[in-house]
Amino acid sequence: MNVNISYQALAPIIILLTSGVLSVLIEALVPRTFRRPIQLVLVLSSIVLAFAYLVFNSTIALTSDPAFSGGQIKGLREIAAAGAIAIDGPGMVIQGIILLISFSAALLLAERQIDPQGDAFTARASTLPGSEDERQFTANGWLQTEIWPLFLFCVGGMLLFPVSNDFLIMFVALEVFSLPLYLLASMARRRRLLSQEAALKYFILGSFSSAFFLFGAALIYAATSSVNFSVVSVAMENSSQDGLIISGIAMIAVGLLFKVGAVPFHQWVPDVYQGSPTPLVAFMSAATKVAAFGALLRVFYVAFGSMRWDWRPMMWVIAGLTMIIGSLLAVTQTDMKRMLAFSSVAHTGFLLLGVVASSAAGLSSSLFYLLAYAFTSLGTFAIVGLVRDASGEATHLSQWAGLGKKSPWIASIFALFLLALAGIPLTSGFTGKFAIFTAAVEGGATPLVIIAVLASAVAAFFYARVIVLMFFTEPPTDGPAVVIPSGLTTVAIGISAAFTLLLGIAPQPVLELVINVGLFIR
Amino acid sequence: MIAALIGLPLLGAVVLLLGGRRTNAWGHLLAVVMSASSFFIAAMLFMQMVGKPEEEREIGQFLFDWIAVGAFQIPFGFYLDQLAIVFVLLITGVGTLIHIYSIGYMAHDPNRRQFFGYLNLFIASMLLLVLADNYFLLYLGWESVGLASYLLISFYQQKPSAAAAGKKAFIVNRVGDVGLALAILLMFVTFGTLSFEGVAAGAGLAAPTTVTWIGLALLLAACGKSAQFPLQSWLLDAMEGPTPVSALIHAATMVTAGVYLIVRAHAIFDLSETARTAVVIVGAITLLLGAFIGTAKDDIKKGLAGSTMSQIGYMILAAGLGPVGYVFAIFHLLTHGMFKAGLFLGAGSVMHGMHDDVNMRHYGALRTMMKVTYATFALGFLAIIGVPPFAGFWSKDEIIHAAFGQNLFIGLATLLGAGVTAFYMTRMMAMTFFGEARWEQDVKPHESPAVMTIPMIVLALGSAFGGMAMLFIGDIEHWLEPVTGFAYPQNSVSKAVLIPITLAVILGGAGYAWLCYGRRPIPVDAPTNVSLLTKAARADAYGDAINESLFMRPGQYLTRSLTWFDAKAIDGFVGGIAAAVGGLSARSRRLQNGYVRSYALTMFGGATLIALILLLVRL
Repeated sequence: MNVNISYQALAPIIILLTSGVLSVLIEALVPRTFRRPIQLVLVLSSIVLAFAYLVFNSTIALTSDPAFSGGQIKGLREIAAAGAIAIDGPGMVIQGIILLISFSAALLLAERQIDPQGDAFTARASTLPGSEDERQFTANGWLQTEIWPLFLFCVGGMLLFPVSNDFLIMFVALEVFSLPLYLLASMARRRRLLSQEAALKYFILGSFSSAFFLFGAALIYAATSSVNFSVVSVAMENSSQDGLIISGIAMIAVGLLFKVGAVPFHQWVPDVYQGSPTPLVAFMSAATKVAAFGALLRVFYVAFGSMRWDWRPMMWVIAGLTMIIGSLLAVTQTDMKRMLAFSSVAHTGFLLLGVVASSAAGLSSSLFYLLAYAFTSLGTFAIVGLVRDASGEATHLSQWAGLGKKSPWIASIFALFLLALAGIPLTSGFTGKFAIFTAAVEGGATPLVIIAVLASAVAAFFYARVIVLMFFTEPPTDGPAVVIPSGLTTVAIGISAAFTLLLGIAPQPVLELVINVGLFIR
Repeated sequence: MIAALIGLPLLGAVVLLLGGRRTNAWGHLLAVVMSASSFFIAAMLFMQMVGKPEEEREIGQFLFDWIAVGAFQIPFGFYLDQLAIVFVLLITGVGTLIHIYSIGYMAHDPNRRQFFGYLNLFIASMLLLVLADNYFLLYLGWESVGLASYLLISFYQQKPSAAAAGKKAFIVNRVGDVGLALAILLMFVTFGTLSFEGVAAGAGLAAPTTVTWIGLALLLAACGKSAQFPLQSWLLDAMEGPTPVSALIHAATMVTAGVYLIVRAHAIFDLSETARTAVVIVGAITLLLGAFIGTAKDDIKKGLAGSTMSQIGYMILAAGLGPVGYVFAIFHLLTHGMFKAGLFLGAGSVMHGMHDDVNMRHYGALRTMMKVTYATFALGFLAIIGVPPFAGFWSKDEIIHAAFGQNLFIGLATLLGAGVTAFYMTRMMAMTFFGEARWEQDVKPHESPAVMTIPMIVLALGSAFGGMAMLFIGDIEHWLEPVTGFAYPQNSVSKAVLIPITLAVILGGAGYAWLCYGRRPIPVDAPTNVSLLTKAARADAYGDAINESLFMRPGQYLTRSLTWFDAKAIDGFVGGIAAAVGGLSARSRRLQNGYVRSYALTMFGGATLIALILLLVRL
């Protein structure tokens, strides 16, 4: 049988997964002292290479797509790997965002200067928290370099997830990127019990949602005799198996909405964000959300596209609930990471507006929003990791009082990120919100946009409260201080701040890009 | 070329203000060079313009599209015509002289570099104002000169009075700026364009009421910038700034921007009798009010400031007369720019020699100690009171003549103003240079250095011959005619009758002042048993008191009531919502209890919810 694989289209994914395998070999064969630098070079170069390939692919071919009124679209556009993987404009944009985020996140993960004991991960995950062994390994300066293969597999899975054109491949991708995250989440250097608890919760609930997803895929297969999105889409229209189809859509939706952290599948978010190592949270909050939204958009635009009128009311309710509950709960949080976790839930709600819109504008504005939000979120958590006292990160809000006086630079950049999260003009957050709200209104979801605006107003409160706390409150005498990080974190924060500012001041080129990439291929 | 005109001083300002202390040593020289080269370019452009036939004299320069949003198209372009060039020459010429003067005047000031940076900024802004080819760009210049003026008034920011004066000028000007903004908005709505040409072309087709409203809004703008009644109160306080600033900005150039605006927008005023009448009335009131205030001031700079208000009142009045007056408004503006700048620099020179004392009761008999200052000040004095053949005579007499053509009362007001002008200026001369010395102890008056006296001499020459030069050599009436239009006043009173009468009134004013202040000894402390009128004049004709009772107190009351309303009603409402949000938040937090089993249960509930909604839709 002659199967069209199209290695070129899949190259970025292949590069990352191959590097993951190489990385495992390095762990097995290279002496301990050399592992970290070699791993770091491998990780960064594979991401750069994958991104270069992606850019190359996006400029290579000119194909015309009848679904897109603009006529010819630049960039690779094909269904590869025997129908299992769809490489198209939106998919490549999502992959590009994931790679950019992964690069910055890798810098954060590699940071060793913030904590005097080493990086953000425990010296030896197998030791009992608080044991003599743990103390020994920490004192000897051991590093758990196994985080790098995990990270590479995770990124590889994330690249595959949003371009899967088949429920089974999508499930595999889901697990490929989720399992490393569960592990990584458990490996915080400080407060290890909290970290392990978070990881266990994440794992159990994640498995629960995966089961939903898999079962949903089975039901869809039962109804349509296929797991391929294009086939499913057509078959659904003509199918009489209503019960199976509706249950299938519902269960697939649960699996995906869990990953993006939508209400009522959001409860893992604050617990996991609070317990996990902060650089990992920076990565997760940005990249997982982007990958999961990419998949969510593709499933609902392509596979369930013909059932639009059935699932839109459901999305309305979920989006509304997510915005309201996310903003509402953030108001009373006293822990910085938990507050940001709920803010992330609220932003999921805003992003769901793009799914609700289910139009070309909805897709392009979602892509823009994802890019904008991913960098702002990454930068926010990167800074959270810098504010520390003797026992580790100082995440209680009261400890942030007066930070603006002690570290004006970091506090100002943090304020910039918060303003972007709140959606204040001249930041990327405003452009993103504006685009996605406009798309939703055009898609007939005006009441939902009104809820979104109100939720943004509530959200502005808790962002502004942190700014007030930082700049207009006297610092406590024994408060935490900002640790001066090495160049790695500085670069990551710089990239995030640059994106946040640029997409606010001059968003036009990126807006044009996300419009011109066209629609998902069917 | 036009861009370079503005660009050079702007570059100077940027270098001096951003360069910091590194530029301290040579900063002032750079500023002078920038200003002087700008003047040089202006002179060349002027020569070019003179060499061309009349209809080819206007030149434009388009730089780039500034704002282009749909129908809202604003180019960034310049426009140099006969009106603009005389302003450019005045600004750069007098500006350069004052730059040079300031080298000496500010020699001991630690912030001299900053001062020169601001001066350069002012020159650039003022040039932008007069060279803009549309009202929107003019507005940019208008606001920029306001900024420069604010920065320079409060230049001695360590003095609370100077800081307050800067704020006052800024705030009062805001009122006028609202007028300009309104005028621009109205123009855009009515004509769909903001270019001078487009507005002039469209004015005839617009509804007369709209045109009148635009005119009145422009008049409000002019009142703010040119310190005309009722927005005059800031100018007297603006004398807190360094004296060269008073000479350049608050006498010769910026405060005359209102006159420029009205003349530039003459297409609007030509069509609205009502707006013109309002302009004339404002001008008449201000010229009397300013002169009246000038009569009782002991502070030499405030006396001159009152005089400035009064002289600009003349110009505004002339501009309100229409085509018979535009030309003379500009003519008087130019002569006034020279003699008033000279008078201010003279006052600065006196202050320089008297330990920065501004009280004329502490002066006296300075003519022997400061010969150059005395001579130049005297020439300025003769020019301003309107003695032939000095500059002020030619321009002011034309205005008085035209005013009589308009209306007898307006004419009489200008005539009376001329008499009062002669009174307060003679008083100033007498108190400063004549009589006996009333100097404070350890004050040893001395002549200022050449770097200060030379600009004074140049301006004094201008005061002496400038009027004749412009009238007879320059033929200013016909020079400006293509821009503003010109008509000889239709007059029942002929010049031959009017000039002797005017001279008699001037002589009367001056003579009376000499009797009061030249012949009698002047008490060192100001007498307190004075007439109500003197008291009123000393208190700036109660301008501040009126502002306070009419605007400030009701404003404060309104603010207080709004604050109360905000605290009780709005905050109560908002606070209620916030409390409700907080309560809801605290309650829903209980769902987040940390147990995986309850999380899983919620997820299961969510899955059921999704399935239910999907089913409901199907039904």
